[in-house]
Amino acid sequence: MNWLIASPVLVPLATSMATALLVNQRRAQQIVSLLGAAALLAVGCALVLAVNDGAVLRSAFGNWPEPFAIAFHIDRLSAVLILLTGLMALASLIFAQSDADPGRDQPLLLPLVHGVLAGVAGAFATADLFNLYVWFEVMLIAAMGVLALGGRRDQLDGTFKYLTLNLIGTLLLLIAVGSIYGATGHLNYTALAEAAGSLSAPLSVLLLSVLVLSLLLKAGAFPLFAWLPASYHTLPAPVLALFAGLLTKVGVYAVLRILGDVFAPVPVVLTEALGWIAALTMLLGVLGAAYHWDIRRILAFHIISQIGYILLAVALASAAGNAATLFYTAHHIVVKANLFLIGAIIWRLTGSYDLRLSGGLYAAKPLLGVLFLIPALSLVGIPPLSGFWAKFMILDEAIAQGRVAWTFIALLVSVLTLYSMMKIWMEAFWRPHPNPNWQPPRNTRLAPAWIATWGLAAVTLWISFNPEPLAAFAKAAAATLGGR
Amino acid sequence: MIYAVALAVFATATAGLYLCTSRDVLRVVLGLALLGASANLVLFAAGRLGPTAPAVVPFGEQVLRDAANPLPQALVLTAIVIGFALLCFSLVLVLRLIQASDTDDVLALRAAEPKPDDAVKPPLSPAEFEPDPPAVSNATAAAATDAPSPRR
Repeated sequence: MNWLIASPVLVPLATSMATALLVNQRRAQQIVSLLGAAALLAVGCALVLAVNDGAVLRSAFGNWPEPFAIAFHIDRLSAVLILLTGLMALASLIFAQSDADPGRDQPLLLPLVHGVLAGVAGAFATADLFNLYVWFEVMLIAAMGVLALGGRRDQLDGTFKYLTLNLIGTLLLLIAVGSIYGATGHLNYTALAEAAGSLSAPLSVLLLSVLVLSLLLKAGAFPLFAWLPASYHTLPAPVLALFAGLLTKVGVYAVLRILGDVFAPVPVVLTEALGWIAALTMLLGVLGAAYHWDIRRILAFHIISQIGYILLAVALASAAGNAATLFYTAHHIVVKANLFLIGAIIWRLTGSYDLRLSGGLYAAKPLLGVLFLIPALSLVGIPPLSGFWAKFMILDEAIAQGRVAWTFIALLVSVLTLYSMMKIWMEAFWRPHPNPNWQPPRNTRLAPAWIATWGLAAVTLWISFNPEPLAAFAKAAAATLGGR
Repeated sequence: MIYAVALAVFATATAGLYLCTSRDVLRVVLGLALLGASANLVLFAAGRLGPTAPAVVPFGEQVLRDAANPLPQALVLTAIVIGFALLCFSLVLVLRLIQASDTDDVLALRAAEPKPDDAVKPPLSPAEFEPDPPAVSNATAAAATDAPSPRR
């Protein structure tokens, strides 16, 4: 067993236990939690460096021979996503030190958050279908704990909706895993890739559609996204940013891993259906966002819309499409989490998440306006920000494949995204505050919040002005997919 | 045997889905538990259903014959344990939810949604959006100047 390969799971689990033991020493708990997040980030960096030359880190636990053991395989795709998991964990935990909507003081919050991180990193690292299911369950139970922890009525309500739909998705995943094992006799990705060729086409379509349907539910794709906007806005801001950045992306990653790697090439009917699901997801997500006036609800619907973009890249089912998926996911995790964090700063300064009750921020805090525009315009895809390169990679490949309808819908959604971001800009920043006597509060503790948000904005700017390393990395990662 | 198991999967899955569509939150959780049972049965059936021979490789042979594959049974055990933990959590959650919101009707659980009196859209002040009154001819305008304008 290689310690580095197991560490994406071991570090958050150890941190979770340590923070659980320190529930009565809150200061020490905070420090241990930050150290754990930093360690996860360091592990991510080490993994990216280790796989940068194209090596695949493999470890089979219990010294069983490979197809029978539960194995972790970390290639470029997994490594960069684990790195982003660590980055998001660190940013949101630093942000949680500020007084911008950190939620009530909960001793058990940090152990549960690190439990979520263990589930996320485990799902990225594993190379075993049943193990993937287990990590989804770890993620689900820890996420529901975080959701219900506050105990407010709306939080319990949101948790119940999250629970019902996600549990059905998990059971569907279990049924799919069981059926695939019954049909092929394997769970290991590599062995599955070998055995997939012997499946008859109708059986393969049936099994894969059940599996992908359950993963799409986790990703928040049309038509099964109702759990996401019903529950996310009840979370405290730092956890909300973490969930928004990571949880749905695990579902997308699993779809990419299954369709683009393990079972590739998949029957055309599946990618065709996935493409239309993606188009509908992005369209309905952005239309849902246009309806709302609460910043968190607007951004929650934009998660769905962006998931549609990423799924569209998966549906293109080519090396360029897979590279675009990875690039878009990396860009999107950073930008989306940052927008939620900036939304919390807006709440702290204007006193409301409701755009109708906020305003006047550009006059009071011009730098916050600049900070907001970096991720907001990047989300829309304005050149030269990172979202432009991400959307360019997807649409370039879509046009090259002659997918005119999908391209048109994607461009239309970009315009509607611009509308939503400008709505936040006009209402929260540009127009005067509805209360003429409003002054930005003076006794805030926002320094950690500025560090976290400007740090993430710097990452976005770095990708924007220097997209070549990430794009080359994504292309190299995509080149090895499907070649098991 | 396989038909009996298939029938059991069908019965638990339909009963579970039926309960999940109920408006009573506790029945929804019971439905999820039944759906979990049907998923476990599917997983169990993946490892061959057949004779009750023990899963032991006979002496001098390399492969397991005549017995069911023991791996799905291990998987089912894992799934049962996970499902049990989730069921416990969801029962407590639902109990707290019913206590906090004084109702077990799913349709009445709207605490996380926009408030019913919130029209979501901004309040519309009609005067702001109405066009100016149409231009009138001189004769009627002279008469109208005496009367107070309805807009001022």
